[in-house]
Amino acid sequence: MAEVLVVVEASAASGVKKVTLEMLTVARSLGSVSAVVFGSEDHSARLGEFGAEKIYAASGDDIDGYLVAPKATVLADLVRRVQPAAVLLGSTQEGKEIAGRLAVKLDNGLLTDAVEVAADGTATQVVFAGSAIVKSKVTRGLPIVTLRPNSVTPTPAAASPQVEQLSVTVSDVDKLARISERVAEQKGSRPELTEASIVVSGGRGVGNADNFKLVEETADLLGGAVGASRAAVDSGYYPHQYQVGQTGKTVSPQLYVALGISGAIQHRAGMQTSKTIVAVNKDPEAPIFELADFGVVGDLFKVVPQANEEIRKRK
Amino acid sequence: MNIVVLVKQVPDSGAERTLSPADNTVERGSASNVINEMDEYAIEEALKIKEAHGGEVTVLTMGPERAAESIRKALSMGPDKAVHISDEALHGSCAVATSKVLAAALGTLNADLILCGAESTDGRVQVMPHMLAERLGVAALTGARKLTVDGGTLTVERQTEEGYEVVTASTPAVVSVWDTINEPRYPSFKGIMAAKKKPVQALTLADLGVPADEVGFAGATSAVLESSKRPPRSAGTKITDEGDGGVRLVEFLASEKFV
Repeated sequence: MAEVLVVVEASAASGVKKVTLEMLTVARSLGSVSAVVFGSEDHSARLGEFGAEKIYAASGDDIDGYLVAPKATVLADLVRRVQPAAVLLGSTQEGKEIAGRLAVKLDNGLLTDAVEVAADGTATQVVFAGSAIVKSKVTRGLPIVTLRPNSVTPTPAAASPQVEQLSVTVSDVDKLARISERVAEQKGSRPELTEASIVVSGGRGVGNADNFKLVEETADLLGGAVGASRAAVDSGYYPHQYQVGQTGKTVSPQLYVALGISGAIQHRAGMQTSKTIVAVNKDPEAPIFELADFGVVGDLFKVVPQANEEIRKRK
Repeated sequence: MNIVVLVKQVPDSGAERTLSPADNTVERGSASNVINEMDEYAIEEALKIKEAHGGEVTVLTMGPERAAESIRKALSMGPDKAVHISDEALHGSCAVATSKVLAAALGTLNADLILCGAESTDGRVQVMPHMLAERLGVAALTGARKLTVDGGTLTVERQTEEGYEVVTASTPAVVSVWDTINEPRYPSFKGIMAAKKKPVQALTLADLGVPADEVGFAGATSAVLESSKRPPRSAGTKITDEGDGGVRLVEFLASEKFV
């Protein structure tokens, strides 16, 4: 059975990301799973739990010190050598960037933002802010597909992966974009926005930055991530990296809680594929209620503290 | 500094967008078309750099005839000139082919800095800056929230999941920007009038030396097999808070096993 390469997404803080486990799960239906790990951390145990038969590891300053170009070069060399049935990457900024470079290097098609990949490589994509579904196929070369986080349920399948260290040979042209500084920002223990099963977001109705503590409190009680609408971000209530919507992150959690968010199309673009949506807004005409499975028309400063108290009681 | 800004015309993301039933391409005929929002931030950044360091700003667009409206709109913000690549054979081009065409045009423009939005609101694929960098053999600094130009050195600050990174490269380079980088100016009346007289160079595939069978549907590296409208979500229960809204909300969450 031909190999399927899965480019692992992991971080020092939280280990192997959920989207990686989703990719491993999808990859098992496409062939024999080989994980490609960039960086020096050892993730083999976790990758084995989800069915990686083989691990290709590439590390060193040439990988860590630059933006994605060296990774794309290493990956292209590996693809030429092992002739995989498919390459899966996360539909994250880095995953898409590596995929783009790989596609040009190999003169090969690519499909981004897949939510499903069939055994024959056909990818299902949700486009136009969740309003249309397309099925697409790579018609030149092998399927290079990026998978959107929270698309499939990861299921374990134990394997004992063999690890092969790749020699990293990159040229000067791969080392043009040098990372001179990495600054970690405090983010606490909340799950990552695009991977979280529950997302609690605040909008303009939250009123100010200080009031976002209420949104954070609900998120923490539910074990979710915090998001914000563009209106809230533009007003300076919450940092941009938490923005959900057309010009921010796309999320697809099990539960999306919209607090003081009107539901402009810009926001809906980033969240309307969520499984269950609940909303609190004082305007009964707010478009968010057209999407909400359960909506409360009311003052969020009364409804949300009461809800938080009720969750505490039930714990 | 010679700056080229990539500008894409897209269907307005605030209106209903559809795929053409005939060939599954983005419907650009009936939809109201606008400049891709993120590209306006790239134009603004280019103008700020020109104001501080001198040089010239060129808008580069690949798109059908009607993209000319967006080019004039872009020019009304202040760029000096534009290049419009238009050719019927381009219809149906995939990202890989698009990057081939744009790279061919960029090859003739001798840019020190190529600026673009981090993503377009129609495809949201985010791969173009790296595809172009790969083809041109230059650096790609993507997702900038801050860009500093110091002679031939570019420094970009970019958001990451963990915090942020500072990335540097020498010109020439491709830099893509997020909407946090600046606040795009509105075109002035004077700018709108001036834009009408600014030169727009028309280029075809033949001008660029790109064979027609390497682009469009003929040269596509991927194909849409089918498309369908996703059924719209239907509204569920809506209640008005009468003092117990929070409790009832949690009762709903509990019934769905979230609490």
